[in-house]
Amino acid sequence: MSGILSLMLAIPAVAAVTCLFLSANGARWLALIATLLDLVLGAVMWSQFQIGGPQWQFVENVPLFGTFNWALGIDGFALLLIELSVFLMPICIGASWEAIQKRVPEYMAAFLLTEVLMIGTFAAQDLFLFYIFFEGGLIPMFLIIGIWGGANRIYASYKFFLYTLLGSLLMLVAMLWMVNEAHTTSIPLLLNHDFPAHAQTWLWLAFFASFAVKMPMWPVHTWLPDAHVQAPTAGSVILAGVLLKLGGYGFLRFSVPMFPEASAQLTWLVFGLSAVAVIYTSLVALVQSDMKKLIAYSSVAHMAIVTIGLFAFNQQGIEGGMMVMLGHGLVSGALFLCVGVIYDRLHTREIARYGGLANNMPRYAVLFMVFTMASVGLPGTSNFVGEFLSLAGVYKVSTTITLLCTTGIILGAAYMLYLYRRVVFGEIKFDDVREMTDLSPRELALLVPIAAAVLWMGVYPESFLAPMRGDVKILLQRIDRAKPAGDARPTPPTNPQVKAGEGHA
Amino acid sequence: MDWIASLQATLPELVLSVGALALMLVAAWGGQGSTRAVSWTAVAVLLGAGIALAGPASYAGVVFDGLYRADAFAAFAKVLIYVAAAVSIVIAPRFFARGDGDSLHPEYPVLILLSAAGMGMMVSAGDLLTLYVGLELQSLAAYVLASFMRRDQRSAEAGLKYFVLGALASGILLYGISLVYGFSGTTLFTDIARSYAAIVPGQHHFGLTFGLVFVFAGLAFKMSAVPFHMWTPDVYEGAPTPVTTFFASAPKVAAVALGVRVAIEAMGPAIGEWRQIVIFASLASIIFGAVAAIGQKNVKRLLAYSSINNVGFLLVGLAAGTQEGVSSVLIYLTIYVAMTLGGFLIVLQMRDVEGNPVETIDSLSGMSETRPGLAAAMAVFMFSLAGIPPLLGFFAKLAVFQAAVNAGLFPLAVVGFVASVIGAYYYLRIVKVMYFDSPAPAFQRSNALVEYGLITVLALFISPVGWFALKPLGVATMAAAKALF
Repeated sequence: MSGILSLMLAIPAVAAVTCLFLSANGARWLALIATLLDLVLGAVMWSQFQIGGPQWQFVENVPLFGTFNWALGIDGFALLLIELSVFLMPICIGASWEAIQKRVPEYMAAFLLTEVLMIGTFAAQDLFLFYIFFEGGLIPMFLIIGIWGGANRIYASYKFFLYTLLGSLLMLVAMLWMVNEAHTTSIPLLLNHDFPAHAQTWLWLAFFASFAVKMPMWPVHTWLPDAHVQAPTAGSVILAGVLLKLGGYGFLRFSVPMFPEASAQLTWLVFGLSAVAVIYTSLVALVQSDMKKLIAYSSVAHMAIVTIGLFAFNQQGIEGGMMVMLGHGLVSGALFLCVGVIYDRLHTREIARYGGLANNMPRYAVLFMVFTMASVGLPGTSNFVGEFLSLAGVYKVSTTITLLCTTGIILGAAYMLYLYRRVVFGEIKFDDVREMTDLSPRELALLVPIAAAVLWMGVYPESFLAPMRGDVKILLQRIDRAKPAGDARPTPPTNPQVKAGEGHA
Repeated sequence: MDWIASLQATLPELVLSVGALALMLVAAWGGQGSTRAVSWTAVAVLLGAGIALAGPASYAGVVFDGLYRADAFAAFAKVLIYVAAAVSIVIAPRFFARGDGDSLHPEYPVLILLSAAGMGMMVSAGDLLTLYVGLELQSLAAYVLASFMRRDQRSAEAGLKYFVLGALASGILLYGISLVYGFSGTTLFTDIARSYAAIVPGQHHFGLTFGLVFVFAGLAFKMSAVPFHMWTPDVYEGAPTPVTTFFASAPKVAAVALGVRVAIEAMGPAIGEWRQIVIFASLASIIFGAVAAIGQKNVKRLLAYSSINNVGFLLVGLAAGTQEGVSSVLIYLTIYVAMTLGGFLIVLQMRDVEGNPVETIDSLSGMSETRPGLAAAMAVFMFSLAGIPPLLGFFAKLAVFQAAVNAGLFPLAVVGFVASVIGAYYYLRIVKVMYFDSPAPAFQRSNALVEYGLITVLALFISPVGWFALKPLGVATMAAAKALF
C-alpha cells in the first residue's frame, strides 16, 4: 500500500488545477468527487494501518535534490489528523455548495489545494517538505479569506498571513541550524538526535514562535477571531477544524520529542500562557455579540487545554491533548456550520437578531444542542474524553494549573449555554426569523455525520486512542529523561499488603 | 597558453562583439526598416554566443595570461545574461509600436548585444582592468538604453541620472583599483589575493583595506545595493519597460557574479574585512528595499525596490563566503531572473484601451476577473518573490540562508528572515489589488503569443513544476562554484 499518501495528495492537486478550467457546477462536482475519493482512501488507510506495527507506516522516499527528499510516512498521530482532514473536506465543499456563488472554480481549487497542503503537512517526513506544506497553506487561505470573506476581509487576510509568516520564518532558521548540526533532514532520524542542551532552548523558542501563532496561544491569538469572522463558513470550518491542529501537531512532532530538556524547562511558559488563555478567552467569549467570534474565542480556550496536555509529559496528557484536537476539530467545525446555516438565511451573525429558533427549526435546534454540549464537554461526547484525560495528565504535574484550567470548562459551559439560550430558546421576536426554514437535506447531510463522529468519539474513544497508543509510548520513552517532577504529593498507601496492580480492573 | 587557444576560450565575446558591429553597419545603412531583421539576428547572435559557451569557453580556465577566466562560473552567469538579453530584445517591438514618435530603432538590439559582451567580460574578468573595461562597456550601452525614448522626459532623465551617478561610481571603483594596484603592485586577481594573504594577522594594512572598501562600494552601486541604490527607482521608472526588464535582470547577474568573483578570487584572504561590508549592505538592502516599497504606487518603482531587496538576499549568500554560498548565489540569481522577467513581462501587458502603457498599481485592480490567467501568473511571481513555499522563490531564499547558517552567520539569517516578512507585505498588496479589489477597466487584449508563451514558461518554472529543475540546477551551480575555489 505504499504510494497511498502520494495518491491522496495527487487527487486533490490534479482536481484543483482541473477545476480552474470548469464551469461553476462542474467545479463543485469535481471538488466533491475528489474530496470523497480522498475520504475513501483515508478509510482504506485507516483499515490498513497496523496498530502495534512499525512506528512509521505507508513510507515513501524519493530523493529530489540536494538533501531534500519526497519523504512521506505516518504514525498514529498523523493518521488521526489526516482522517480528520479528509473527513471535514467534503463537508466544507458541501457547505459552500450554495453559499458561494462568486468565482466558484477558483474557490474550489483553493480548497482542494488546502487539502493537499494539510495532508502533506501531517505526512511529511522530511523537515523541509514539512515546512513547505506547513507554510504553503498560507496562500490558499489568504485567498479564501480575502476573496470570499466578509466586509473587513482584507485586514483579516493580511493579519492572518503576516502573523503566521513571521512565526514560521523563525522556525525555518531553527530548522536550518538543526540540519547543519544533525546532517539530516529526515524527521524520524531527527527525532532520535540529541541536540545540545544550550541549543535546545533557542530551537524550542523558535519552533514555539511558529506553533504558538498557529495554535493559537494567548497573546498571539488575535489573528484568529478576525480571520474566523471574515472567512466564509467553509473557510472557518477548515481553519478551526484542521489548520489550528497544525500547531498542536507541531508541538507533538517537533518541540516535545526533539527538545525534551527545553520542553521540560519551559513547561512553565506553556502552562502559564495556557492558563491565561483558558480564563481570559473564555471571559471574552462570554461578552461577544457575534456568534463566529464567540466560537473563535472558545477555540483559543480549547487549544490551551491541548497545549497543557501535550506538555504534561505523561500518557494521559498527550492522549488527551490529541483527543481534544480531534474533538475540537469536529465540534468547532460543526458549530461554524451551524452558524453558517442561519447566516445563509438571515445574513447576520448578531446573536441578538435571533432567538426562539427551537420553534420553527426543531431539527436544527437538536443538532446545535448536540454540538453545544460536546463543546461544553458533556460526558458521552468527544470533548469530554479529551478534556478529562488532558486535565488528569496535567494534574500529575501541576495542581494549580489544573485548577485554573478546569475553570475554563465551567466558563465554557457558561458561554456556550448562554449562546444556545439566546439563539434557540425563547419567543421569536423578529418576523424574518419566524420565516426561516428548518435544515435542508443538504445541511442535514453535512451535520449528521459530524454528530455521529462526535458521539462515537465520546462513547467508544478506544477506536481513536488505539492507533496512537504505541506512538505515545515511544514518545514517553524518549522524553522520560527530562520529565519534570510533579507538585502532587501522593499519600503513602494505607494498606501495604495490597500488591501493585491489585484492586485495579 | 597560445593565442589561438585564448581566442577560442573567448569565443562568446567574439561572437557578440563581431555580431554587434556587423549589425551596427546593417542598422546604419538599412535605417528604420531594418529593425525587425536586426532584432531577430541579434537574438540569433545571442544564441550563437550561448552555443559557443559549450566549447572551451566553459572549461579552458585562465587565458590571456590571467586577464580572462573561461570557467564554469562565468559560463553559468553568461547563460543567464544571454537569456535575459534575448528576452529584452524580443519584447521590445510591441512596446515601442505605439506610433507617437519614439519608435524602436535598430540600435536597440545592437546596444543590448554590446552590453551583453561587456557583461561577459565582467563575469570572466581575471584582472582589475578587464573588470573595468567590461563594466564600462556594459554601462555605456546601458546609459543610452535608459534614455532610448528620446521624446519622453522621464526616459531622458533616467538616462542622465544613470550616467552621472554611474560615472561617480566608476570613479569610486577606479580609485579603489588604483589603491589596490598601488599597494599590491599588480592588477591580477591571483596576485592581489597573495598580497592580502601576506598581511600579518592582527595588523591592518590601510592601503589595501581602503582599496577593498572602494572597490566594493563601486560594485555595490552596480548591483544597486544599499547605500548605493539611489539611482535604481528613478532609472527603472523612467526607462522604457523593456529596458527596465533588461536592467533588472542581466546587469544584476553580471554585477553580482563579478562581485562574487572579486570577493572570492581577488580578496578571498581578506574575508574578515569584506564580510562586514557585505553583511551591512545585505541587511540594509533587505530592510530598505522592503520598507521603501510599501508606499509605492507605480509598479515599475515597486519592482525596483523589490530588486534592491533581492540583492540583499543575494549578498547573504556571498557573505557566507563558502563554496556552498557561491552556489546558493547562483541558484538565487537563476530564480530571481525568472521571477523578474516574468513580473516585467506582465507589466508590459498593462495597456489601457488605447494601447498606452499604464504603470500604476491601482490599474491592476480586479485583474483576476478581467484577465484571470495573467493575474494568476502575476500572483505566482509575487508569492514567489515573497519567498512562500512551494514556489521556487522559497528555495532560493532557503539556499542562501542555509549557506549563511552553515557558515555560522546565524544573526544575519534571523534578521534577514524577519525583514523578509516586511517584504512579503508589499508583494501581498499586489495580489490583494488583483484578487480582492473590484475591477478597474480591463487592459487591452493583444495577441502577443511570444510574450504569453514566455510568461507561461516562467510561471511554470516558478511553480512546483520547477522542482524538477532544482536538481540539475544544484549540480550546475555547485560545479560553477567549484571553479572559484
